[in-house]
Amino acid sequence: MKSFSYAKVATAEEAAGLLKQRNTRLIAGGTDLLGLMKERLIEPDRLVDVNGIAQLRGITATKENFRVGALTTLAELAAHQATPLIIKEALADAATPQLRNMATVGGNLVQRNRCWYFRSAEHRCWLKGGPRCLAVDGDNRYHAIYGEGECRQVTPSDLAPALIALDATVVMRTDEGEDSLPLAQLYVAPTARHRREHAVGDDDLILAVRIGGDALRRHATYLKFMERATWQFAVVSVAASARLVEGRAQDVRIVAGAVANIPWRVKAAEDLLAGEKIDDARALAVAERFVRDARPLRDNAYKVAVLRELVRRAVLRLKD
Amino acid sequence: MRIHLTVNGLEREADVWEGSSLLTALREDLGLPGSKNACEQGECGSCSVLLDDQLLCSCLVLAAAAEGHRIRTVEDLGKDERLHPVQRAFVDAGAVQCGFCTPGFIVASYALLRDNPEPSEAEIREALSGNLCRCTGYGKIIEAVRRASREMYR
Ligand SMILES: Cc1cc2nc3c(=O)[nH]c(=O)nc-3n(C[C@H](O)[C@H](O)[C@H](O)COP(=O)(O)OP(=O)(O)OC[C@H]3O[C@@H](n4cnc5c(N)ncnc54)[C@H](O)[C@@H]3O)c2cc1C
Ligand code: SF4
Ligand code: FES
Ligand code: FES
Repeated sequence: MKSFSYAKVATAEEAAGLLKQRNTRLIAGGTDLLGLMKERLIEPDRLVDVNGIAQLRGITATKENFRVGALTTLAELAAHQATPLIIKEALADAATPQLRNMATVGGNLVQRNRCWYFRSAEHRCWLKGGPRCLAVDGDNRYHAIYGEGECRQVTPSDLAPALIALDATVVMRTDEGEDSLPLAQLYVAPTARHRREHAVGDDDLILAVRIGGDALRRHATYLKFMERATWQFAVVSVAASARLVEGRAQDVRIVAGAVANIPWRVKAAEDLLAGEKIDDARALAVAERFVRDARPLRDNAYKVAVLRELVRRAVLRLKD
Repeated sequence: MRIHLTVNGLEREADVWEGSSLLTALREDLGLPGSKNACEQGECGSCSVLLDDQLLCSCLVLAAAAEGHRIRTVEDLGKDERLHPVQRAFVDAGAVQCGFCTPGFIVASYALLRDNPEPSEAEIREALSGNLCRCTGYGKIIEAVRRASREMYR
């Protein structure tokens, strides 16, 4: 690790001021940032520790609004009595007990990807400014099955698909106060000019994530496929939600994780379910439609089969 | 930089490099080599300690961030002449082979039994899922936690 200076701050204003300095990073739980720094994949000159900002901690919940502060740990979120079930399901198999005590919600949403070429200091791949993606012709068993871009890494977060299935918004600090935007908009496929997995800049501060009352009342579920039963990033995950009106699905959301550069939705598959009763045939049709446009790489066609099955099961679970 | 923290009930001070982890500070500056250093990436749990009573990986905590906090390490749980029931149970159940993962498992098992005196097998497996052992195959470790639970709460 390279040397850096370290400052603790107590207010969001102070943090925002310091984050404007060159090559400065915010540190929350540190579980991703320190890993990257130890591998010398990032070498900040300054770290701003935001853990002292009380305003960024904790959960406020009413019938119409669920708001979780960016510094709330995954363990605190999982344990809170008002946390939606789908979020609890998503967190149950995320990382390990130790890491859930450390990792924060904000950090989870903007953690860097887990492509092994990206994580290895010896490989200078496209996302790190190199000439080409090493996964396209390399070992790509965990990589993307959707998308056209140069980079084939996939979203690692368990929280992001679950939150997007509930139409969550993210509250960011601005110089004028705060501003909300749909969480889904944080995720953008990297481009040659912006080689990053998200639209969050190094000087941005996430304050909180919010879920509205309509979404809180939906049926929703999260399924995660891992190579072993615990302590694994998702190979494929699926978050689904819908409102049931006289047994018919409305406001359908199906969001897949670990299959593309961004949490992946297929509008046509959601439309196939909207207004319909959920049964075996319908669930299968929706799942088939969801994977119809998948384009796997050499080593990961199995992910298409896994995804189809997870979508099918998730849709069926929306019945109850 | 100078840091001040409470370690195993004592006020301690150390002079550390900004980039130093809490694990390195404990092992190299504070004379507490019980917590082990293996992956340094949060993957194995061998560096598990309690920080303000929360179980976490000390390899991913900056020593500087531990300023003013309360740390408990495996050294505080028991002494050679008087083992903690969790330690005794690991010995009796044969849950130790090379021993490298053991301090982390002891601290994680202690944290589990503190919060949940009679965990089911599924709960034990989940609570210890952040700790990796390359030798025992886990069966004996789970048996040790059951023994410790009986011993502590009988
Ligand atoms: C071994 C291991 C296994 C894991 N398994 C899983 C898993 O199964 N599922 C899963 O979802 N995740 C998993 N993770 C990832 C883990 O959940 C993230 O590392 C963690 O949530 C990041 O949060 P943090 O607070 O530690 O972030 P940090 O490491 O402190 O920060 C990460 C990034 O987020 C930025 N950031 C943090 N907070 C804010 C904020 N408020 N505003 C703006 N930017 C911010 C930081 O600047 C940094 O760039 C795993 C990690 C490890 C090490
Ligand atoms: S998938 Fe992206 S991160 Fe992985 S090697 Fe290709 S460019 Fe790099
Ligand atoms: S050394 Fe900390 S988790 Fe492995
Ligand atoms: S006893 Fe050797 S690693 Fe666990």
